[in-house]
Amino acid sequence: MMGSIDPILLIASLMVASTPILLAAIGELVVEKAGVLNLGVEGMMIVGAIAGFAMAVETGSPLMGFLGAAVAGAALSLIFAFLTQVLLSNQVATGLALTLFGIGFSALIGQGYTGVRPPPTPKMDFGPLSDIPVIGPMLLRHDPMVYVSILIIAAVWAFLKFTRAGLVLRAVGESHDAAHALGYKVVRLRVLAIAFGGACAGLGGAYLSLVRVPQWTEGMTAGAGWIALAIVVFASWRPWRVLAGAYLFGGVTVLQLNLQAAGVAIPVQYLSMAPYVITIIVLVIISADRRRAAQNAPASLGRVFHASS
Amino acid sequence: MLKLERRPAPSRLWTAVTPVLAVIATMIAGGLLFAALGKAPVEAIRTIFWDPLFGEFASYSRPQLLVKAGPLILIAIGLSLGFKAQVWNIGAEGQYMMGALFGAATGLAFYPTDSVLLFPAMVAMGAFGGFLWAMIPAVLKLRFGTSEILVSLMLVYVAQHIMSAASFGMLKNPEGMGFPGSRNFQHYPAAFNDELIAGTGLHWGGVAALGAVVAAYVLLSRHILGFHIRVAGEAPRAARFAGVSPALLTSVCLGVSGALAGLAGLFEVTGPAGQITTDFASGYGFTAIIVAFLGRLHPVGILLAGLLMALTYIGGELAQLTLNLPSAAVQAFQGMLLFFLLAFDVLANFRIRLARRARA
Repeated sequence: MMGSIDPILLIASLMVASTPILLAAIGELVVEKAGVLNLGVEGMMIVGAIAGFAMAVETGSPLMGFLGAAVAGAALSLIFAFLTQVLLSNQVATGLALTLFGIGFSALIGQGYTGVRPPPTPKMDFGPLSDIPVIGPMLLRHDPMVYVSILIIAAVWAFLKFTRAGLVLRAVGESHDAAHALGYKVVRLRVLAIAFGGACAGLGGAYLSLVRVPQWTEGMTAGAGWIALAIVVFASWRPWRVLAGAYLFGGVTVLQLNLQAAGVAIPVQYLSMAPYVITIIVLVIISADRRRAAQNAPASLGRVFHASS
Repeated sequence: MLKLERRPAPSRLWTAVTPVLAVIATMIAGGLLFAALGKAPVEAIRTIFWDPLFGEFASYSRPQLLVKAGPLILIAIGLSLGFKAQVWNIGAEGQYMMGALFGAATGLAFYPTDSVLLFPAMVAMGAFGGFLWAMIPAVLKLRFGTSEILVSLMLVYVAQHIMSAASFGMLKNPEGMGFPGSRNFQHYPAAFNDELIAGTGLHWGGVAALGAVVAAYVLLSRHILGFHIRVAGEAPRAARFAGVSPALLTSVCLGVSGALAGLAGLFEVTGPAGQITTDFASGYGFTAIIVAFLGRLHPVGILLAGLLMALTYIGGELAQLTLNLPSAAVQAFQGMLLFFLLAFDVLANFRIRLARRARA
């Protein structure tokens, strides 16, 4: 029975399955590194999914779709940024509002798009490299977004580790008061970080509706945004671990789908809940080591910044 | 240049006025949204907020108000205790489903009894089911420090799949000709949660919701536990000096909100819904979050907010029929309401002052 699952195909499809959460998670990582907890990832993802889908269908170009999704995600995140950074609202409540609004709003604009097929996203062509046995079909025959998502991880890593702006961003996340006293623009920086997070979540959503599924259905993100939030914790706020975490969850998703297809004697529903149960188990394992978890979390995470002078 | 100055304590006047402002702003923004969708804005707003109570179908829709407000209020009261203490249970939807499952399973296990003890037993099991599901994030948070936000939310999806498994397997109606879904409680008098006064829509869930409002009010204003909940949220450090146990508080807040959500699920499945099906979940658990905030986490406020939110549900259904407005419009509408509420909160927490730039 297990023999019917081809490991090469499994890895190839897990890369595709992980890309949406990977994109959303790396965006949220930057937001949280700046000291902001945005629980609206799910809402921004699903709005990105429909915005990207609609854009791609109307223009016939998947590239325009992804661009539109990034813009839509960023635009939605700016509502959150305005409420939390300017009007100093509670970040948890505002993030929840963003998710609730996003789910409703996406269903509203997505009305005419159910059952429509999006324009196909072409695969990358690495020439003869794609024909290398095992590695070719496994790693080098995907659509461009798979590679873009890995590039974003690398860019975020380099930005946070090597650039001055990255250092300032981390300082703002660790102690906004100290950063403010040093003359850094805390609010401006956080708004930029939130917009980046929104754009990434939008891209992740569009990847779901344009490549992974590819179709538009109401509520299609089905908790992917929340899993992305969990992955940031799992990765203890480190970019490359986000990649590892996302691929792990992608692997679980693909494996359970394969087991369903292979007709294992477990009811489908119990297999479908596996990604969520495993998310909880992984969260427990990561959080159990309290000292390490606390060390890596940005110290100002979720706290409201109000400049007194 | 405008400048915000933190008030020593939130303004009572603004705290009471902001929900009203938020509703008005939502109506205006919603009207613009409907206009953008090509619907007559004034008519849409009237259909949602006015017609369910006073329109031509009012005799049908008015009882629906209590049917829909009951679970919303019941769940929101539980959530508000946690939110006050900064314990974020956002998985009420899952606890609602598990309450329905536990209660319904108890009832179906004794089919076809006519014992008067059956319904109370089902109510107890419903509350227990929700309690149990909420204790998972509570225990994991206390034992391992996991985020209750993420765990409770993940458990919604798990509950959804258990619900689906139950309606295809364990609880499937043996006389249902192979269709998924349990027996219908309408044909099981001992377990059926009927209207208490015909034509009002009031069933045991509504009574429980009113009871919860009163109990929460007494708890928060008269009981030491309510005081602890308030202190823990407003001044966590002071709370620790006062001897408030964070572990106990987390368990109480999650446990109570879970039990209330479970009750709401039980009353729904035995009454208006009638049976366990794959699409039993209706989003009450999420909308209740909005209700809790709109009601300012205050029991009486939640009562009013629950009624208002129920109104938008019914109005939304009406608008679907008469104006062909998509069902999702109401959801977007409710989310917008929460945005405006949070935005206007700045007026309650801060004074807005004019500051001269030169002085900086």
